[in-house]
Amino acid sequence: MPTPMSPQPNLPTHLPALTPEQLIDRLAEQIKPHIESNLHADCALVGIHTGGVWIMDALAERFRVVGTPDIPRGVLDIAFYRDDFSRIGLHPETKPSHLPFDVEGRHILLIDDVLYTGRTIRAAMNLLFDYGRPATIKLAVLVDRGGRELPVCADYVGLKLELPADQHISLEKSEAEGLHFIMKRKP
Amino acid sequence: MSANLQLTDDGRLRHLLTLDGLPARILTQILDTAASFITVTDSERDVKKVPLLRGKAIFNIFFENSTRTRTTFEIAAKRLSADVVNLNINASSQSKGETLLDTIANLSAMQADMFIVRHAAAGAGHLIARHVAPHIHIVNAGDGRCSHPTQGLLDMFTLRHYKGPFHNLRVAIVGDVLHSRVARSQIHALTTLGCPEVRVVAPKTLLPRDVENLGVHVFHKMAEGIKDVDAVLMLRLQNERMRGSRLPTAGEYYKHWGLTPDKLKLAKPDAIVMHPGPMNRGVEIDSAVADGMQSVILSQVTFGIAVRMAVMSILAGN
Repeated sequence: MPTPMSPQPNLPTHLPALTPEQLIDRLAEQIKPHIESNLHADCALVGIHTGGVWIMDALAERFRVVGTPDIPRGVLDIAFYRDDFSRIGLHPETKPSHLPFDVEGRHILLIDDVLYTGRTIRAAMNLLFDYGRPATIKLAVLVDRGGRELPVCADYVGLKLELPADQHISLEKSEAEGLHFIMKRKP
Repeated sequence: MSANLQLTDDGRLRHLLTLDGLPARILTQILDTAASFITVTDSERDVKKVPLLRGKAIFNIFFENSTRTRTTFEIAAKRLSADVVNLNINASSQSKGETLLDTIANLSAMQADMFIVRHAAAGAGHLIARHVAPHIHIVNAGDGRCSHPTQGLLDMFTLRHYKGPFHNLRVAIVGDVLHSRVARSQIHALTTLGCPEVRVVAPKTLLPRDVENLGVHVFHKMAEGIKDVDAVLMLRLQNERMRGSRLPTAGEYYKHWGLTPDKLKLAKPDAIVMHPGPMNRGVEIDSAVADGMQSVILSQVTFGIAVRMAVMSILAGN
C-alpha cells in the first residue's frame, strides 16, 4: 500500500503522449466533415481566452480552403461572467471580447483548451447569448480532463483524461516551445 | 493622506479615494479592465450590460452638483447590472442637520455595498472610508480641491488610447491648476505611469505654491508651455471657487490662456486636446478647438463610463 503522501501509481502524472499540435490535428479531422457539410455558410469559430484562441487559430489554418473565404472568428473573455466573482474578485487580466459577426441564427463552434468543471463553458454561453440567439453551439476542447460540476459535455475532444482534483493541466505557449502542456500538482 | 486606507492587507484596491500613492500596477489594471468594458456596448451585442454586480446596491451620494460625473457613474453601475440609488443630499437630511457620518450609517443600514461620494470638503471620502463596515467600498467622485481620481483615470485611458504608451509622451496641463482637483489627479497618474514630461501652464496666481514638488515643469507662458506637446489637457476656470481677484476678466484670461486654433498650432500637429468639462467656451477654450479635429473631449465622456465600470467591479470583488 502506498503511503498517503506518495503519488498513486495508477494516476497519470506525466504529460499526454501526443503534442498539442497533434491533438489539434485530431480535432480538425473530427470537425471538418461537419463544417464542410451543413455548417459552413452560417458557421463561426469562437475561442475562449487564452488557450481557446490559440487552438481556434490553429484549427482555422487547417480548415482553410484556397479560393473560399475563411470562417469568421471571434474571441471571448469570460471574466465578467464568472460565477466565482464574489469569492475571488475580478480576474487581474481581462481582455476584450470581440465577435465581429451577428450571433443571431449562427452555428457557433465554441473552442477551449481544457474542459474541467464546465463553469467556464457556462459563463461563455451566457456571454454568447448577450450577443444574440445562436442557432446551435457545439463545443470543441483539446483536453477533457474529467471532474465536471455542471451538465456540460464536449462535442469534439482531442484527448480524454481522468485527472484527480489535485492535478492541474494547462496549455501554454512560448516562442521556444510553441504550444505545450504543463502538468502540476495543486498544493 | 494615507494611501493605505485604500488598499487591503494584500495590496488590492478596497476604496478609490485618491490616485496619490497608488502603484502603477493598480492604475494599469484599471485601464486594462476598462479596455475590456468598452466592448460591452459593441453594436454586435444585443444586451449591452454584464451580470458582474447583480444584486449589489450602489449609492450615488452627491453633496455637490454634477451632471456628467453622476450620470456616468449611474450608467456604469447599470451596465454592471447593479442597483443604483441617486441621492441629492443638498435637498435632504443634511439640510435638516444630520451629520455626514449619520447619513452614511443610515444608508449602510439600507444594505449599501458601495458609495460614490462627491463632497465640497477635501477628505470627505477618507472620513467615510474610515467609518464604514469592511464590506462597503467608497469611490471619491471629487472632494473639494483635493482629488477626482476617476476623472484622472479616464484622462489616462483617453491619452493611452490615442497616443500610446506614457513613456513617450509630453503632456501639458493648462489653466486653473490651483482650484483643480482634476489637475492633481492627472499629475499623480501621469508621473506614476511613467510620463517623462508633465508640464503645468498657468498664471502664477492660479498655481499652488508647491507645484514643482509634484514633479512637473512649470510654464507661465502659453506659447512656451504647449510647444511640441502630444496632448493639451485643458482645465476649467473655476469661477465659483475663486475668492478675491486672482484674475482680471474672462476676456483677458481668454487672450492669454484660452486655447485657440493659433495657439494649438504650437503643439505637435497630431496633438490631442482634452477637457474634463463643463467647458467655458470663449474663456479657457475656443469653440473652434473644442469642436475641432484634435478634440477628444466627447471620447473622454464615453471612456469615462468604461473606466468607472472598471473601478466599481475591481472594488466590489476585493
